[in-house]
Amino acid sequence: MAEFLQFLFSGLTVGAVYALVALGFTLIYNASGIINFAQGEFVMLGGMTTVFLALVGVPLPLAAVVAVLAAVAVGLLLHRFAIEPARGADTVSLIMITIGASIFLRGAAQVVFDKRFHSLPHLFGTDPLRIGGAAILPQSLVVLAGATVIVVLLWIFIDRTLFGKAVIATAANRLAARLVGINTGHMIGFSFAISAAIGALAGILVTPITLTSYDVGTLLALKGFAAAMLGGMGYALGAVVGGLLLGLLEAFSAGYLSSKYKDVVAFLVILAVFFVMPQGLLGRAKVERV
Amino acid sequence: MRRIHQLVAAAGIGLLALTGAGQEATAQVKVGAVLSVTGPASFLGDPEKKTLEMYVDAINAKGGVNGQKVQLVIYDDGGDANAARTFATRLVEEDKVVAMVGGTTTGATLAMIPVFEEAQIPFISLAGAIQIIQPVRKWVFKTPHTDKMACEKIFADLKARKMTTIAMISGTDAFGKSMRDQCVGVAPSSGITIAHEETYGPRDSDMTPQLTNIRNKAGVQAVVNPGFGQGPAIVTRNYRQLGITVPLYQSHGVASKQFIDLAGPAAEGVRLPAAALLVADKLPDSDRQKKVVVDYSRIYREKTGQQVSTFGGHAYDGLMILVEAMQRAKSADKVKVRDEIEKTKGYVGTGGIVTMSPTDHMGLDLSAFRMLEIKKGDWTLLN
Repeated sequence: MAEFLQFLFSGLTVGAVYALVALGFTLIYNASGIINFAQGEFVMLGGMTTVFLALVGVPLPLAAVVAVLAAVAVGLLLHRFAIEPARGADTVSLIMITIGASIFLRGAAQVVFDKRFHSLPHLFGTDPLRIGGAAILPQSLVVLAGATVIVVLLWIFIDRTLFGKAVIATAANRLAARLVGINTGHMIGFSFAISAAIGALAGILVTPITLTSYDVGTLLALKGFAAAMLGGMGYALGAVVGGLLLGLLEAFSAGYLSSKYKDVVAFLVILAVFFVMPQGLLGRAKVERV
Repeated sequence: MRRIHQLVAAAGIGLLALTGAGQEATAQVKVGAVLSVTGPASFLGDPEKKTLEMYVDAINAKGGVNGQKVQLVIYDDGGDANAARTFATRLVEEDKVVAMVGGTTTGATLAMIPVFEEAQIPFISLAGAIQIIQPVRKWVFKTPHTDKMACEKIFADLKARKMTTIAMISGTDAFGKSMRDQCVGVAPSSGITIAHEETYGPRDSDMTPQLTNIRNKAGVQAVVNPGFGQGPAIVTRNYRQLGITVPLYQSHGVASKQFIDLAGPAAEGVRLPAAALLVADKLPDSDRQKKVVVDYSRIYREKTGQQVSTFGGHAYDGLMILVEAMQRAKSADKVKVRDEIEKTKGYVGTGGIVTMSPTDHMGLDLSAFRMLEIKKGDWTLLN
């Protein structure tokens, strides 16, 4: 039982990060149909900016806020100068642009920051809590709580505000959205900003546990993308479920089966899901009406 | 008027070409280096590059080697073995180097060996794995100690503490895998039983499941973690998080201050084998390496403003072994220099005291490693 709990919390913590990255994918995908492979770099920017601001003496809460704003600015610039000018291009070209942007951001981070690994202090210390024989870091609970808050806020925003409804309308039918007076270009830019903010927040929350460096985004983007696909691309709830599931799969297969094959097991399950449910766990088959 | 401008420009270019050719004419010794200055192994390649540049400048300021200036040609392979091989070919065919220092990673080194063997150019690698010098290759040498020696050093320390049953958790990156294999290889002859084994991916961020399994394994007296990068720091943190009480051994792969910074208070009590360079200030004055390592650390810190790492030290040793061999050979002739490198005897470097032979192209013994324990956020020298 103690092991089970240990594996469970390990999986949930890692999974929460995957979920937040997947959520970023989902938001942008919904608004624009683009899969933004620079999503992992937002996580890196959040963590690294906070680390470096803290190094020069900026108080941690302020550093975190500035880091989120910096990531949002980068997200908006990415949209304005890379995505917007190419808006006539097909989706595949736009996805390639995001891959290019991700490589660019990684390179820039090497120059602006450095190539070392960095950490941040834990919010509530490093003494683990004992829950049913398992040792859990307080920071893990912070990550889980933070992820929950982000998801709930996002849901309220999307579902309960006019602005959020405009984003949904853009996602559902861009032409119709434009006809009712929604500036769809703004909505897409807005989705980049929100995705960047979510990514940066995730980066700040997990850096005390997972450490960060300029190239931490690559693997996160891959895992987050897998999570988004697993849950069903374009479904916010699916992104969360997919992320947590992927984290749990990794932790449990490392714990109960073999640490050697944990990634193999995780991705085998994902493949199996796609064989049975090509739309992902929560995705619905797209219906074209004529 | 325009014509005159063009003429002046043309003359200028001609002059440049002439002076360029003039520089070619004054004798220079070209030494090549392919290093992983960027990419995942940049924390190895970056100090190596800085060290080489620093010391080549210093050598030239003192008049060079045998009256010839040393010209350093450095390429960055970005941690990619394929790129390293391409650059190696370029060094041989276009730059026409007389000797080679570097090859940051084992992968890059192994990819470049055939190029330099074919061209018959002495090649001093800065990478760890024993496969580079075993079997002995005529033109290939290396300066860093091997993973096998690290395993033997750890096992010797375990035996001294009367511990014989261990568990291992290793990274699946090249370094972790190579050292794990070497440790498994020398365990029986060292009287060590490996009761349980776990692995983790190089970018994994949580190793508590693996460590939980190690904790639950009865009879484990110590845990050894071969790996480098951020993995061992996370292993160390998770180790304390789970409250595992048996001793934890890290490898020389994390022998840098950064590891202590990343692992934080969790690093307390961790033991690891490392080169003397790391504890330069703590060595007794009677230690033969003391002067070399203290000088190198001081100069490196002054010039770069960064903490010294053993990896830069490997580059220092490689360059100095090469320069001394050239001085003994009184020429930059490839064959003579190679022969003299092989005759290196009692060279006191940052990595240890090097005595090479036709059967040993590394020339270090276990005394090159010091056993360290992390206490109060700093290294302390054991025994």
